[in-house]
Amino acid sequence: MIELRNVSKTYPNGTKGLSNINLTFEKGEFVVIVGLSGAGKSTLLRSINRLHEITEGEIRIDGKSITAAKGAELRRIRRDIGMVFQSFNLVKRSSVLRNVLAGRVGYHSGLRTLFGFPKADIHLALQALDRVNIAEKAYIRADQLSGGQQQRVAIARVLAQEAKIILADEPVASLDPLTTKQVMDDLKRINQELGITTIVNLHYIDLAREYATRIVGLRAGEVVFDGPVSEATDERFAEIYGRPIQEDELLGEKSL
Amino acid sequence: MNAQTKQLPKPPGKLKHALTFVIVLFLLWGSAVQTEASFGRLISGIPNMWDLLKEMFPPNWAYFDNIVNPMLDTIRMAIAGTTIGAIFAIPLSILAANNMVRSPWVYQIARFILNLLRTIPDLLLAAIFVAIFGLGLIPGILALAVFSVGLIAKLTYESLETIDRGPLEAMTSVGASKLQWIAFGVVPQILPHFISYVLYTFEINVRAAAVLGLVGAGGIGLYYEKTLGFLEYDKTNSIILLTLAVVLAIDYFSTKLREKLL
Repeated sequence: MIELRNVSKTYPNGTKGLSNINLTFEKGEFVVIVGLSGAGKSTLLRSINRLHEITEGEIRIDGKSITAAKGAELRRIRRDIGMVFQSFNLVKRSSVLRNVLAGRVGYHSGLRTLFGFPKADIHLALQALDRVNIAEKAYIRADQLSGGQQQRVAIARVLAQEAKIILADEPVASLDPLTTKQVMDDLKRINQELGITTIVNLHYIDLAREYATRIVGLRAGEVVFDGPVSEATDERFAEIYGRPIQEDELLGEKSL
Repeated sequence: MNAQTKQLPKPPGKLKHALTFVIVLFLLWGSAVQTEASFGRLISGIPNMWDLLKEMFPPNWAYFDNIVNPMLDTIRMAIAGTTIGAIFAIPLSILAANNMVRSPWVYQIARFILNLLRTIPDLLLAAIFVAIFGLGLIPGILALAVFSVGLIAKLTYESLETIDRGPLEAMTSVGASKLQWIAFGVVPQILPHFISYVLYTFEINVRAAAVLGLVGAGGIGLYYEKTLGFLEYDKTNSIILLTLAVVLAIDYFSTKLREKLL
């Protein structure tokens, strides 16, 4: 369970990134956060695993405050939160397997990981790759893969991490419509099969409706919508965006 | 708006270029006067140069037997010096990169040390170490090591600052410790660059090591001094040819290797 209590973020130059956010995400939810660019979607997501610091309030992960955590305790909490990025964030020169194994480092001491991983970890990493259907690419360099395949490697890294929560920051923004569907299907399947709480930032409204169990709308750092997909009508979206929905906010049915 | 403000922009004046030219000319003339250099002396020196060249040829081939070992010593000095330098350059380059350490205090001090190391000429370093450790290979190796730290760390930290931040962010998000963060996020990205810089520094060190013997720091340089002192120019020529061959060979292979890396 993720709890955000009175969370605000003010940048050093005075701009408000987030203002007084109160949200609770239950275990196993598939939440999609929507909003215009600059609405604070990315800031909110990155606050949860403290890639961004908040200036006020508190965030608790399964009852433990990540806001107050330091050093080993912070790393321990982060170990349970996997993250998928828009630009994949793989080490391009390393093999696919090594990129997935990077998800395991939180379970071992620094010296242990320098001298290779235990067999069980390698097995786990290969299983994770198999779950996203690219096990055969394990020993290929990451930069040899297409964008969609790289994003699946990033998802496999999260799986190998045995994360209890997945944060996905615009995971399909750099992908074409077909691979977008594959990656979203992977995330959804993992969410359902393993019961991993999944929070995804998305730009496309129709995609949000198709995959989410719950939608959170942000505008100018404030929560302006929070409810099930059935309530997220075009009219409500128009409110979230402060204007009618535009065509580039729809991925389109045909391409799917 | 009236017509005058609508005029097309005029090209900037040429005064700046003209002034630059005058200043450069003045500096050139001043330097020549102060160092008492002149074309006249250069021309009058040509017969001497010719005499020297005549004495250098043919090279003394038999002398090669005497200089192969010192030449190998020179290469060994370069290898040892570069290796020691490379090892110390690793922590220093990380401390000097502003995306590896947060505190400006740390990276500014590290950079200051690096700049200091590179401003001391290697011959001067060698002379100092000879004074401390006595004649031999050790002062030469240390001088090259100090020089190598400065060069390798400088090139490496500049490359470190341009690496992709994405994987670093990913390593933070999986809960990596600082050591793991470096091993998995930084090392794979920087390693090819680092090896390339070490090879490049090795090339430079072979050339530098060849003259370090002049101040008693071991290697082939000692033989330059010896043969020049005894006016045995044919032997000097042998040394020059051997040095040239070795430096060219090492440069060639090192360049090939570096091309493969990047």
